Amino acid sequence: MPVPPSLQKILDTFALFPDQADRTNLLLSFADKFRPVPPEIATRPFDKSHQVPACESEAYVWAVKNSDGTVKLHFAVESPSGISAKALAAILDKGLSGLPAEQVAAVTPEIVEQVFRQNISMGKGMGLMSMVNAVRTLANRLM
Amino acid sequence: MPDIAARGYAHPDVLVSTDWVAEHLNDPAVRVVESNEDTLLYASGHVPGAVHVDWTHDLNDQVRRDYVGREAFNALMSRIGATRDTTVVFYGDRNNWWACYAFWVFQLFGHTNAKVMDGGRVKWEKESRPLTRDVPSYPAAAYEAPERKDADIRAFREEVLKHVHTRGQLVDVRSPEEYAGTRLHMPDYPNEGALRGGHIPGAKSIPWARAVNPEDGTFKPASELKALYQDQNGLVPAAATIAYCRIGERSSHTWFALKYLLGFEKVRNYDGSWTEWGNLVGAPIEK
Repeated sequence: MPVPPSLQKILDTFALFPDQADRTNLLLSFADKFRPVPPEIATRPFDKSHQVPACESEAYVWAVKNSDGTVKLHFAVESPSGISAKALAAILDKGLSGLPAEQVAAVTPEIVEQVFRQNISMGKGMGLMSMVNAVRTLANRLM
Repeated sequence: MPDIAARGYAHPDVLVSTDWVAEHLNDPAVRVVESNEDTLLYASGHVPGAVHVDWTHDLNDQVRRDYVGREAFNALMSRIGATRDTTVVFYGDRNNWWACYAFWVFQLFGHTNAKVMDGGRVKWEKESRPLTRDVPSYPAAAYEAPERKDADIRAFREEVLKHVHTRGQLVDVRSPEEYAGTRLHMPDYPNEGALRGGHIPGAKSIPWARAVNPEDGTFKPASELKALYQDQNGLVPAAATIAYCRIGERSSHTWFALKYLLGFEKVRNYDGSWTEWGNLVGAPIEK
């Protein structure tokens, strides 16, 4: 399944900026837009079954089915230093929320490389890819 | 935590408090340097006036597995506006892992006028001190580093092998699971390609984070560090010591604690660490 247009648009924007400083600013603008899961969906302490494995920023993911059958993603990033995790969460929310579960479940961890490129440090990649996989798993359960 | 001066360290002058940094933000003789694992963190907000030194791009050779040479180091120092006389103060995420790593690389070039901000980023943030996204620019400085001198503080594989044969002191600062060889990489981190698990024969397992207070990232007082490294694990300050981890970043942190806080006389960091040793044909391994 191809990348949904809403997510592809974000990936295309990143592809426009080969310069690391520009990409950093773009990532930060997403991190700034990050809003944590609202209390009506989940409250602290968060259910560990929603925690992203292998993510050192202590990230959580929820996928909720809207009345029209589409999916809304929610995230929490508990580490104050989890800027990369927040950026990715905001990208996944913007790019995938509002789509049917089949399309959400089709997202692949390769987008992490496309989004972060040289901004990704050695240890970060796995946690961020794990976040994408957590989204896939939850969306699969809604199908 | 008591004041740094009251903690009984061998060389307390290498650590400065967040208060000290706050008082020296506009001091032209001081350059504050942020070094992180997460390369987005600096851009998301940093200590006012601090510059970013990225360990992958600024400190590592971009082709070989090695650190930058003299010319690249001169260029880096020129970019951050630091002369040989500038006091460089490092801080960063992850309890100053990368700050200590950068500090260690700076020592390869003899920039001894260097300090680490105790507690690093997490303490500065917890104290609600100011962070800014303004990236400062300093006039380019003329910096003439000596040739990189590895011998005193950096260990290579042949030296480690000799050290093993003479039963020298080795400290494995990785997680207990990595030490035991039940996993090849630290929890939550990718496997970076070691073919064998375990540890260098004779190494003591002392995970790096035991040197810090987890709530604010500050170093524990000398009495607690001594209890950990010397009393519980039998390390002797006068004996040559080699610390290692996976790529040499966590062990820079332990190197810093042993050398400056406890006054170990001859500590070297084996930056080849497990990603080299665990792949070396015929290298001795214990499990």
